[in-house]
Amino acid sequence: MNNDQTIHVHQGAEGTHEVLGNGHGNGHDHHHKQSFITKYVFSQDHKVIGKQFLITGIIWAIIGALFSVLFRLQLGFPDESFPILETVFGKWAKGGHIEPEFYYALITMHGTILIFFVLTAGLSGTFANILIPLQVGARDMASPLMNMMSYWFFFLASVVMITSLFISTGPASGGWTMYPPLSALGQANIGSKLGTDLWLVSMALFVVQGLLGNLNYITTILNMRTKGMSMTRMPLTIWSLFFTAILGVLSFPVLLSGFILLLFDRNLGTSFYLSDIYVAGQALPNEGGSPILYQHLFWFLGHPEVYIVILPAMGIVSEVMSVNSRKPIFGYMAMVGSLFAICILALLVWAHHMFVSGMNPFLGSVFVLLTLLIAIPSAIKVFNWLTTIWRGNIRFTPAMLFCLGFVSVFISGGLTGIWMGNSTIDIHIHDTYFIIAHFHLVMGVAAFFGMFAGVYHWFPKMFGRYLNNTLGYIHFWVSMVGAYLIFWPMHYMGLAGVPRRYLDFTLWKSFNQFADLNKMISVVTIIVFAVNLMFVFNFFYSIFKGRKVRTLNPWGATTLEWTTPINPGHGNWVGEIPEVHRWPYDYAKDGRDFIPQTEPLNPNESKH
Amino acid sequence: MSSIWIIVAFILGFLIVFQIAKASEYVAILHGEEKTRRDSNRVNGFMLLIFLVAGLFGVWYCNHALKDRILGEAASNHGEKVDTMLYITLAITAVVFVITQIALFWFAYKYQEKEGRKAFYYPHNNKLELIWTVIPAITLTVLIGFGLYYWYAITGEAPKNAQVVEVTGSQFKWEFRYPGADGQLGKKYYREISANNPLGQIWTDPANHDDVVGSQEMHLVVNKPVKLIIGSKDVIHDVGLVHFRMKMDAVPGQPTTMWFTPKFTTREMKQKYGDDFEYEISCDQMCGRGHFSMRGTVVVESQAEFNIWLKKQKSQYATVMEAEKGAPASPAKPAADSTKNKTTALNAVPVKSIQ
Repeated sequence: MNNDQTIHVHQGAEGTHEVLGNGHGNGHDHHHKQSFITKYVFSQDHKVIGKQFLITGIIWAIIGALFSVLFRLQLGFPDESFPILETVFGKWAKGGHIEPEFYYALITMHGTILIFFVLTAGLSGTFANILIPLQVGARDMASPLMNMMSYWFFFLASVVMITSLFISTGPASGGWTMYPPLSALGQANIGSKLGTDLWLVSMALFVVQGLLGNLNYITTILNMRTKGMSMTRMPLTIWSLFFTAILGVLSFPVLLSGFILLLFDRNLGTSFYLSDIYVAGQALPNEGGSPILYQHLFWFLGHPEVYIVILPAMGIVSEVMSVNSRKPIFGYMAMVGSLFAICILALLVWAHHMFVSGMNPFLGSVFVLLTLLIAIPSAIKVFNWLTTIWRGNIRFTPAMLFCLGFVSVFISGGLTGIWMGNSTIDIHIHDTYFIIAHFHLVMGVAAFFGMFAGVYHWFPKMFGRYLNNTLGYIHFWVSMVGAYLIFWPMHYMGLAGVPRRYLDFTLWKSFNQFADLNKMISVVTIIVFAVNLMFVFNFFYSIFKGRKVRTLNPWGATTLEWTTPINPGHGNWVGEIPEVHRWPYDYAKDGRDFIPQTEPLNPNESKH
Repeated sequence: MSSIWIIVAFILGFLIVFQIAKASEYVAILHGEEKTRRDSNRVNGFMLLIFLVAGLFGVWYCNHALKDRILGEAASNHGEKVDTMLYITLAITAVVFVITQIALFWFAYKYQEKEGRKAFYYPHNNKLELIWTVIPAITLTVLIGFGLYYWYAITGEAPKNAQVVEVTGSQFKWEFRYPGADGQLGKKYYREISANNPLGQIWTDPANHDDVVGSQEMHLVVNKPVKLIIGSKDVIHDVGLVHFRMKMDAVPGQPTTMWFTPKFTTREMKQKYGDDFEYEISCDQMCGRGHFSMRGTVVVESQAEFNIWLKKQKSQYATVMEAEKGAPASPAKPAADSTKNKTTALNAVPVKSIQ
C-alpha cells in the first residue's frame, strides 16, 4: 500500500467516525468521497468486509472441493490413468496417476482449506460481519479498522497458504491435524519440509485474523445494540455468532501456542514434541518431548473448532426457518441455553479425539461422559427445530430447503457422534471411514447447508438482487441427495474398519471389497462439485444481473436488517437507528403474519 | 480424451440448465410471481415427501447391499464387547433417526404454505422442553454406563499369564519382539539402533540375549491373552487390528499397551471365510507416503504350533554374534553404531517388560 492509499484509508476511517458519531440525525448515506480502493478494497464498512470474506471463502471452497474431486478420482478409479493430471501437475501425477505424496498433500489441504478458510473465515467471517451490526442496530462494528485488518490478515494467510501449493517440495501433507513427529521432520515426509513452515505461518496469521474479528464481534454485540435491543431480544443468529466468537477467542490462542512450539521443534532444535526418534537411518538427538502434548494443544482448539463451524450455521438455520415457517422459533430461551451449553462443553471434550493415543483410560472415561453430554443440547435444538416447522405455513425458498437439509444431515451426523464419543466403539471405528462420514455430515455438509441458507436468504440484503430460484432448487436437491449418497455408505466402510487416508486398497484383504462403492461415490462427488460450481456462477451472475429487489422486506421478516434501505450505505440506516420494542420472532401472533421488532407493543397484545 | 469430453458435456449441460433457469424467471414474471411461487412450493413440498420415502428405502437398501461386506464375527474377547456396545447404540440411534427424519420431512410436507392456513403461534412450552431434555439425558446415561463398563474391561490390566509381544512401527513396516525362555524383554535404547540391531536392544542386558525379533508377521496363541507393548521408531503409527476390533497408537518415546484374547486360529478363520483370509495389521494413523501400504499380518495358532515356531527362530543377539564373529569389536558394543553418540545403558530409557 503506498502513502496515497494510506491517506485514503485514513480518511475513510474518519468518515466512519463521523457517521458513527452522529448517531442520530442527517442523512448518513455516505457523504465523503470514496475511491474504488477505499470502498471495495480497504473498506471499513462491515458489509463490504463481509462480502470480501464471502467471496474469498467461495474461491477457497472451489479449490478445496476441487482437491477432493482429485483424490476421489484416485479412490474411485485407482487403475485408470488420467493424462490430463500429468499435464497439469507434472511430477506429482506421473503417468496420470496421483503419487502418494500428492494424494496426502491433497487431503491435507482439503481439510485445512475447508475447515479453516471456508467454514471458519468464510462462514462466521461473512455472517458475523454482515449480520451483527445490521441485526443489533449498529452503524458498524465497534472497531471498523480492526475489522478491516481482520480481513486483510485472512487475505495474507490465504496468500501464504496458496504460495505453499506451488513450492517444489509441495504443501504440507501430514493431515490437517499436522501431528508431529510426522509434521516436524522433513526427512520423514516431503510435505514436512518448507510446506509445513508455510502452513504454520499461514495458520498463525489466520489466528490473528480470528482474534481481531472475534473481539470485535463480541464488543459490538455487548456494547453497540440499539435502544431496546436487550440481549434476549437478539435474533438467534446473533446469539450463535456471539458464542462462536467467544469460543474462538478462548481456543485459538492455544492452537497458536501449539503451532509455535512446533515451529521451534522444526527450526530451532527444541524437543517439545520429539523424543526417541530414529528416522532415515539416523537417531535424532531429541529426547524427552511428547507428541501427545501437541495433540492436547491441537484438539483444545480442534474440537471447539467444529462448534465454531456449526454454531453460526445453527443460528442462521434457526432464523431462516422461523421466517419461512411464518412462526416463532420454538423455545427461544432453550435455544440460547443450548447454545451456551454447547459452548461450555465444547471446551471440555477435546481428548475424545485421543481415546487410542495411549491416554490414561480413566481420563478417557471422563471425556466419554462430557462428550455424550453434548448430545443433550444438540437434541434440544433438533426437537425445537422440528416443533418450529410443526403447524407452520412453510415457504420452501431455497434458503428454507437448505435449513431442512441442515436439520436432516445434522441428525444423521449427530447420532453417529454418540457412537464415536463412546470410547468402546471408538476403538474400532477410530480413524476409519466412519469418522469421515460422521464429521462430513455433521459439520461439513451441515455447515455448508447453513451457509447456503444464509447466502440465499441474505443475498437480497447484500447485493439488492435475488439469486436465481430455479438454480437454487437444483443446487439444493443435487447437494442433498449427493451428500447422502456420498457419505451414508461410508459408515459401512468404517464399520468394516477401512482406514482413512489410504489411497489404494489393492494390497489389503480386509478392505478391498468396496471398489464399486468407491466408484459410485466418486462419480456423485464430481456431479455435486459441478452443481456447486453452478451455484458459484449463479452467485456472481446474480450480483450483476439478478432480479432486482423492489421491496424493503422481501421475506416478511421482523428483524432490523430489513428496515435499512435496499442498498444500505456505510452507516446502514438513513436517519436514526430504529428502536426495538420486542423480540424478533413475533410471527403469526394475534392473527398477524409478522410484527417487526421496531413496532411498539400494543397494550391489547397477547403475552408470550 | 474422454476426460475432455466429460468436461465438454458438463459445460453444455450447464449452459442448458442455466438457460432454462433464466427462462423460468421470465416465465414467472409473466405468470405472476405469486402464482409461480405457490407452484414451486407445492413441487418442493412433494419432493421432500419423496425424499423421505426414497431416503428410508435407500437406508434399507444400503444396509441390504453392504451388510455382508462389513466384518463378520469379532475374533477376540474384547471385540465381542465392542460389537455388543455397537449394537446397543445402533438400536437406540436408529429409532431416534427414523422418528426425527420422518417428523422433519412429514411436517415440512404437511405444513407447507396453503391458502388460508394460519401458522400456529407457539413460542414455547416448558413441559415439552423438559421432556426432551430429560429423555435424552436418561438414554445417554444408559449408553455412558454400558460404554464405560466395557471400556474399563477392555483397557484394564492384562491378566498375569498374558503372552507379551512388543510391536514397533516405523515407516512403513512392523517389527515384533518376543521374549525368549526367560519371559523377559530386554532393555532397549533408540540410539543403539543399527542395521543388525533394528530395535536398539542393549546387549549388556542379558534379558535381551534370547529375545526373538521378527517383522511383518506377528504370531499369537489362540485363547491366550496377549499384551502388546507398542512403540514407534519415527512418527506416530497405529496398530489397527480390524478383526479383533482393537486399535492403539504407536507413539515414539511413549510406549503404549493393549491386550486381548484371540478367539480363532488363522486356520479356523480360513475355513470360515475362505483360503484367502488373513488377519491384517493396518496402520491407522497417518504416517507418510507409504501409510496406505503399511501392512502386517497376524498368525493365530495353537500353543504347540507357536512353541515350534518360536523354537525355530534365532534370537537377534545370536544373529549379531554370528555376524561379528572374528571381528575385533566386542559384542556388547555394537560396532555398526560408531557414528552415533556413545550413550551408556545407564542413560537408557528402558521399556518396561512384563509387569
